[in-house]
Amino acid sequence: MASNRRLLPPKEAAGMQEQRDIGVVGEPPTGSEALLSAQGLACKRGRRLLFKDLNLRLERGRVLWLRGSNGSGKTSLMRILAGLSSPHAGTVLWRGRPLQQASNEARRGLSFIGHSNGLKDDLSLAESLAFLAELAGLDRAPERARLALTRLGLSSRGTALVRTLSQGQRRRGALARLALDDSAERVWILDEPYDALDKNSMGLLSELIEAHSARGGAVLLTSHQPIDLRDSHEFDLESWRAA
Amino acid sequence: MSMSLRLLWAVLRRDLRLAARRRVEALLPLGFFVVAAGLFPFGVGPEPQTLRQIGPGIVWVCALLSAMLSVTQMFNGDWQDGSLEQMLMSPRGLLSVVLGKVLAHWLSAGLSLVVASPLLGLLFGMSAQSIAMLCLSLLLGTPILSLLGAVGSALTLGLRSGAALVFLLVLPLTIPALIFGIGAVGAVEAGLPQQAQAHLSLLGALLIMTCLSAPLATVAALRISLD
Repeated sequence: MASNRRLLPPKEAAGMQEQRDIGVVGEPPTGSEALLSAQGLACKRGRRLLFKDLNLRLERGRVLWLRGSNGSGKTSLMRILAGLSSPHAGTVLWRGRPLQQASNEARRGLSFIGHSNGLKDDLSLAESLAFLAELAGLDRAPERARLALTRLGLSSRGTALVRTLSQGQRRRGALARLALDDSAERVWILDEPYDALDKNSMGLLSELIEAHSARGGAVLLTSHQPIDLRDSHEFDLESWRAA
Repeated sequence: MSMSLRLLWAVLRRDLRLAARRRVEALLPLGFFVVAAGLFPFGVGPEPQTLRQIGPGIVWVCALLSAMLSVTQMFNGDWQDGSLEQMLMSPRGLLSVVLGKVLAHWLSAGLSLVVASPLLGLLFGMSAQSIAMLCLSLLLGTPILSLLGAVGSALTLGLRSGAALVFLLVLPLTIPALIFGIGAVGAVEAGLPQQAQAHLSLLGALLIMTCLSAPLATVAALRISLD
């Protein structure tokens, strides 16, 4: 792992007057505008409180690796930040405006890839990718789609039906959408993107993430596997809750 | 073409392509429609007058049940494979997605019922005018079933007995369409063309009303279901 830094040393956390931020603590103030931020976020599943008073700032160029064991609330947090779920308390802000008010703008600026790939078994990989690009408002020109698939090592599988692909190839197919995205304004929210990928594919994905971060985009991701990402920041949801 | 229309077209094309590649699944509602309606003459006997009288009602009820059979799956597949999340995240609006999906459902399931209905009309010994009116009433009525079915399907997304719940939720809402549809055919059968026209107008008004309200209700239901 390159230079991952744990963002919440207990000292700093205590110094934040009970306000514990992800994505700013331990970092020198950059003064740059947060693309995505959250204030006082709480999430409940059934009767169980997964987290509360969680603050977050995701600035341009930042890669945040959200960690925690199964059931710690990583997916719930990501869904809340993507606007797919409502928080029990707190507000999610897109460039300083509440997500509900800026929902159209936020949807243009957010790319969410969850556990499921969003691919249809009876469509070819290229057809699925073209549809997902259309949904996301990305350039779906066939040449671009071909290049995106090539970047993820799927150049020869574009015309294959999704049902004929392995799990890893399906995952790469879903992630190929990211290769179509060259906007510096976008936040990628990726839930277990490294799932089912072999070492080579993990490297390809890390390259995509680093390139996005280098052009000013932000990335929030989860992974149970060790990942190799330059200048990423780690945040362990469970340790934070315990603290 | 505006962004929303482009998305509607993309959803429509994709769902029709999927229906074409899952032919058995797509033809199931049509098969059910023909078989279920075709069983009635065996059950009630071959008396032509009785068959003519009950024909429109049977064809309409079977069309309704057949439409419900397929509508339960309208969003379920997309929910299971994660496509629905991507649709919800689309900056081009969920309304275009819903309209595209409803239109695709009607074209792949509803329209085939309209096309097959003359065959059943003949089976029930209906006159040519009655058969024409049956087709026309189904042409106006089946989109209503798709639109209402979409609301039910969205509301019951992810529920264990979702399919049965869609039936319970949506069937009562389709009663007005059923009454006007059967009424129009019955009026032609009774030689009352003006009354038939009135029924048809009401069915048209119902379609417009459903077109205006059901997609918005479906969008809201999808957001609630996925929360």
